[in-house]
Amino acid sequence: MTAAAPGPGDALPELSLRLTRADLVRYAGASGDFNLIHWNERFAVGVGLPNVIAHGMLTMALAGLLVTRWIGDPGAVVGYAARFTRPVVVPDDDEGVTLEVTGTVKAVDDEGDIRVATVAITAAVAGKTVLARATARVRLPA
Amino acid sequence: MIAEYVGRTLPPARPYLVGREKVREFALAVGEGASVCTDLDAALAAGHPDLVAPPTFAVTFTIPLMEAFLRDPAVGWDYAHMVHGEQSFVLHRPLYAGDEVVTTLHVDELRPRAGSLFLTLRAEVADAAGEPVLTAVSLMVTAAPAQSAEVST
Repeated sequence: MTAAAPGPGDALPELSLRLTRADLVRYAGASGDFNLIHWNERFAVGVGLPNVIAHGMLTMALAGLLVTRWIGDPGAVVGYAARFTRPVVVPDDDEGVTLEVTGTVKAVDDEGDIRVATVAITAAVAGKTVLARATARVRLPA
Repeated sequence: MIAEYVGRTLPPARPYLVGREKVREFALAVGEGASVCTDLDAALAAGHPDLVAPPTFAVTFTIPLMEAFLRDPAVGWDYAHMVHGEQSFVLHRPLYAGDEVVTTLHVDELRPRAGSLFLTLRAEVADAAGEPVLTAVSLMVTAAPAQSAEVST
């Protein structure tokens, strides 16, 4: 399918994204979120986490790539929401973890002079979902 | 305490200037490879006035405002044990490099549940002309303080 004329039930091309400690450090700098649980294993374990965890907002941004790569222009996104249900634990190794992202068009609606596709997104690590109710709304090309 | 702030609107934050290099840095950090986020000519050719900030970019300036509010001892929020529960964005238009935006925080809702507090904070972001750019809503969760108030007389 293409983003030109999607319909309900259409699946978006899946994404498989690797996430390592280096990605967390880079996101910390870019976002300004230097919370210790996202890069300091000693601290993360000390507060009861199994290890360092990814920023929820990084996971959300990565899952959103499913939609922006499909539509081509991130400026077409008019809404995006997600619930953070399970921490993404990122080990201190070269492999990191892999985020599997899938999505399905739920609706296409005319809203005034634009058409908007609503996409339900799933994001999982090792088969377990890490986001719930992840939904993006994108303006379709005229 | 936090309950007293529910329904309040905080004073507008000082203007935040969306920088081109910050947009590029953020796009790189989240793997956003769209040329309109990194290549000015491509953005202009696509009809945008400048680089397009990725859809979640606004957290770079809305979350720090929320943090500053929640770390205020007068607010009485257990920041050390806070987790980010939910996030939503409504983009009234794309956020662009060069935008000078003003964010106003609203304390919308506080729900106690199962020993935790669920706080909904809403950031309304407007451009220099006062036109709405985006709305970012964050649900923050932390441990509820000890329930001593319920038994005190």
